[in-house]
Amino acid sequence: MVKNREISKETHEKILAVKATANKNRLHRTSFGDWLIVFLCVILIITCILPLLSVIAQSLSSPRAIMHREVTFWPVELHTDAYRDLIFADRRFMTSLGWTAILTVIVTIINVTMTVLCAYPLTYDKLKGRRIITIFILFTMLFNAGTIPMFVLFRNLNLINNPLVLVLPGMISVFWVIVMRKFFLGLPSSLRESAEIDGANPLRILISIYLPLSAPVLATAALMYAVGRWNGFTDALMFMQGRPEYHPIQLLLYNIINNNIGIDTTLDPGVAGNPGRSETLRGAAIVVATVPILCVYPWLQRFFVKGVTLGAVKG
Amino acid sequence: MSMKKHIDGLVQYMSGFTKEKSNFPHSIGLRRAGNYLIRYWILYAMLLLPIAFFIIFRYVPMFNILLAFKENNIFLPLLEVPWAGIANFARAWAMDHFHNAVKSTIMFSILDLIVGFPAPIILALLLNELKFRRFKRITQTISYMPFFLSWIIISGMALRLFATNTGAVNNILMAWFNMQPIPFLGETTHWVWTVVLIAVWRSLGWNTIIYLAAITSISPELYEAAEVDGASRLRKIWHVTLPGIRPVIVILFILTMGNMMGADFERFMSLSNHLVRSVSDVLPLFVYRWGLLNLQYALATAVGVIQSFINLILLLGANFVIKRIDGEAGLW
Repeated sequence: MVKNREISKETHEKILAVKATANKNRLHRTSFGDWLIVFLCVILIITCILPLLSVIAQSLSSPRAIMHREVTFWPVELHTDAYRDLIFADRRFMTSLGWTAILTVIVTIINVTMTVLCAYPLTYDKLKGRRIITIFILFTMLFNAGTIPMFVLFRNLNLINNPLVLVLPGMISVFWVIVMRKFFLGLPSSLRESAEIDGANPLRILISIYLPLSAPVLATAALMYAVGRWNGFTDALMFMQGRPEYHPIQLLLYNIINNNIGIDTTLDPGVAGNPGRSETLRGAAIVVATVPILCVYPWLQRFFVKGVTLGAVKG
Repeated sequence: MSMKKHIDGLVQYMSGFTKEKSNFPHSIGLRRAGNYLIRYWILYAMLLLPIAFFIIFRYVPMFNILLAFKENNIFLPLLEVPWAGIANFARAWAMDHFHNAVKSTIMFSILDLIVGFPAPIILALLLNELKFRRFKRITQTISYMPFFLSWIIISGMALRLFATNTGAVNNILMAWFNMQPIPFLGETTHWVWTVVLIAVWRSLGWNTIIYLAAITSISPELYEAAEVDGASRLRKIWHVTLPGIRPVIVILFILTMGNMMGADFERFMSLSNHLVRSVSDVLPLFVYRWGLLNLQYALATAVGVIQSFINLILLLGANFVIKRIDGEAGLW
């Protein structure tokens, strides 16, 4: 700063002029480089969207067109039979979809509540034992017991083939505890102090002051927990094999895609075993299971960008 | 706030707050202790459930690791099962399947690191140079999309797209370029590259979020100064942007290293098929097949322990090396 002042007026003006042209350049002149970047971004967009388009096209095309290699990214000989069979003829798919939706809501509510309960007390630096508790929690991030020790635990707790196994073991993610605590610490401490003077207890302060101000981080954590539950299938694959009626949609999808189970096509006899037909059905199953998430995430983008950033960058 | 300070914050988190001192004096009178409890008991009550969760679902399984040194019996209480010493580890070591699993886990980690680690950095730099605000937002939104798709859905799409007989990619290759169909997912070498690239595709956009955030916290004065000095766009990227996000790159690199042996179960499980077993069975799949399908619990536990330990060592090692190179970087 001091040095800046020592620069002669003439140089200073020169610098300003350069800055001005630079700004002007940045705003007005679009160079070859800019168009190159746009071009690369367009390629990126296409690679993100085309796979989805291709699956949609397959789900809406006729089995004949698929088998004759006519389908790429646009439906050929529009057929909606696959969706009809998936949604109306085969009960399992829609039942599983509904169950997964309920499960996701329950899991999200429980997980966010537990994460808040874990993160909030750790924002009190007067809390005795906070350091020990923090180390105790963070250590679980470094070392992970593995699948079989978990399996043994679930067996002892009678959680195998019990729908609770899809809820309990993932209740708190340490990452979101860290992010949430950081967010709480970022709120002005004067709010808490004045509430304390008025005699509010910590729980009251949490509910009436902290939570209403924490929408971004709560929404991000909720979204990530929800997406995790909606997309997850490992726990069901490993610990819920005996109860197909509680299989979440992703496990059902896994079985459909890998041909472990076929979709009931009784509404349209004569197509059973037609390979083109099962292609359209699988495509339709993928589309139906993807749509809920694709509808939700763009609206929450503002939140999760902020939330993720908090977790890694902000001190 | 400077970038360094941001990172210091994270460092404090990971180090378990060792630098902070409790304001609470060591010798407190009984009355103060009473006051303290009246005021804060509710905080301990809140922590009760989370701590119970961590004990039951995180620490008890760590105790169950003992099974790795026991005979293969999960019907007796763990402490009553006869000891087997390191027999389970020796058995794993003697298995070809195990060696293959270790090899492919390491191979995929290295490929993911080489291809997948720089990709989001490059995309973040590109997006940062993009002038058109609206277009930039649209690009970002769309590039986040694959991250929200489950591995099952991605594998379903990949199987459709890359199928040799009906897939769109091979349809195009055959119709436009007059090529033979390529078995992207049906032959080991092709499978490896396809799976690596699919993973990059999935997380590319998502991983730019952190880098873009770090870029926005670089002081604009640095760019202005560089412009005054006549720096071209590339030079600005090289001398201003990249050094500015270096701390974030370092942290993410250490975290990636710490997960080297932790191949994503769902990714390999959903994309695997019987034609590529020899490369697709990474360690988590090995544990699943031998532990849960073949009921060799003790053997699978032993392999899981090896995996967790190597991960821990890699994490600590990466942190140590980075600190050696740059004393102030590193997680703790």
